[in-house]
Amino acid sequence: MYLDERRDMAKYMLLIQGDPRQWDAMTPDQWTAHGAAHGAFSAEAGARILGGEQLETATTATTLRADGAGGVVTTDGPFLETKEVLGGFYLLEAADLDEAIKLASLLPEVRAGHSGVEIRPVVEHG
Amino acid sequence: MTEDVVAAVAEAHRRDWSRVLACAAQVTRDLDLAEECTQDAYEQALHTWARDGVPDRPGAWLTSVARNRALDLRRREERFRRRMPLLVAEDPAPGPEDGLDDDRLRLIFTCCHPALSGEARIALTLRLVCGLSTAEVARAFLVSEPTMAARITRAKKKIATARIPYRVPAADDLAERVGAVLDVVHLIFTTGHTAPAGPRLIRRDLVDSAIDLARTLHLLMPTDAAVSGLLALLLLIDARSGSRVSADGRMLLLPEQDRTRWDGGLIAEGVALLTDALRRRPPTRYAVEAAIAAVHAEAATWADTDWAEIAALYDVLRGLWPSPVVELNRAVAIGLRDGPAAGLDALAPLLDDPALATYGYLSAARADFLRRLGRWDEAIDAYEEALALTDSEKERSFLLGRLADTRDSRSRP
Repeated sequence: MYLDERRDMAKYMLLIQGDPRQWDAMTPDQWTAHGAAHGAFSAEAGARILGGEQLETATTATTLRADGAGGVVTTDGPFLETKEVLGGFYLLEAADLDEAIKLASLLPEVRAGHSGVEIRPVVEHG
Repeated sequence: MTEDVVAAVAEAHRRDWSRVLACAAQVTRDLDLAEECTQDAYEQALHTWARDGVPDRPGAWLTSVARNRALDLRRREERFRRRMPLLVAEDPAPGPEDGLDDDRLRLIFTCCHPALSGEARIALTLRLVCGLSTAEVARAFLVSEPTMAARITRAKKKIATARIPYRVPAADDLAERVGAVLDVVHLIFTTGHTAPAGPRLIRRDLVDSAIDLARTLHLLMPTDAAVSGLLALLLLIDARSGSRVSADGRMLLLPEQDRTRWDGGLIAEGVALLTDALRRRPPTRYAVEAAIAAVHAEAATWADTDWAEIAALYDVLRGLWPSPVVELNRAVAIGLRDGPAAGLDALAPLLDDPALATYGYLSAARADFLRRLGRWDEAIDAYEEALALTDSEKERSFLLGRLADTRDSRSRP
């Protein structure tokens, strides 16, 4: 069939966004349950997970921008000052968006209320 | 070109557009290209049919022309790096005669995918499934044509880039995804049924598109109770369309409508579908709404309406579909069951609901109860409020009539 060229998988970035104050307020038991849910996600997604990390708090971020005079200015803090921040990410391989949604739905941040998971397709080159 | 040919093309447009496009998409795997091939096929039909006569099976003719054009384009494009194509499920491509219905379902589910915005779902469905032009879709939703064109292009780009799959959802997602499709169809219908602005109360093209869509879904998923419930609802409401505007162009409410002009055939069909939908448990939102419409349809006159039944159905509905508008309709039904004072009491808690703050029907319902209680000054205020909140000319002239009557009553000794 002529469908072969699309048999390959697509890559999606799962960006875990949430309110850092709510994350900071979690009890050790809540973190244990949280970790177990990430474990369940990893078990289900298996080799489809190409990478993923939890990020240190956004207050430890450093942002670089042009200073308007040909140089670079270094500032303390994240690129955007927002209530919700990027807390972690996965790089995922999936056949299509439905599969990515199905897997991402297993992440505990999807159900926590203050947080959510943004699914972004990765640009395919070549 | 004879009128017969134009009429035949128009008929084929309405009946077969989605089949032709879905079949072309199966070949092109790109909605833009599929749309182009479909458009070309219809243009070619105008010329060829005028010369050679209308074929016996216009849909099959159009499908094969669009498909050949799609194959042609694909052959030509294969020399280049392909654009981001649409994902197609792995089953074999159907011939022009079989598997078409599944293609239509794929197209509908893709256009109504939850990863698209509500506005985009409606726009794509009207454009790609119903075959309305971009200009027509723009007019229906009161936005400029370039705005609508941009919305449709953005949605098609998302389908391709984010890989929204072109397929019927798996069984465990089906109920939820059908629900999303039905919401789109319902919204198209309600937009057409009471056009939000302009001189015409009913936008027939949108109402027909919605009913055609619901019929297609029912044909393809005959055992799905949610689909039957929605089709029943649309038919039962549309059955009254001939009596909603008076000879002099005034909007008529249910009590004033000439019920002999209701379409008995549509009512019978709607009730049969509803009975079937309600046999399957649990009832869906649209089935309960259809049941409410059926109670109205079965009352010979306004005075015969079974308000106790309707109020009870609204109680069920608010459990399935909690919304301020349902609360409002329930309060109105209570008022009609127990009298205008009870109706006002039932409306009272809704007055502070921010979701209803600019909803003209709340003011109109209050005005009606106040008028029937002879509280003229308050009724006049409420009618004026309702007038300020609607842009539909038919509704405005109805409210102005009521306002004038109320002023007359007040000035009478």
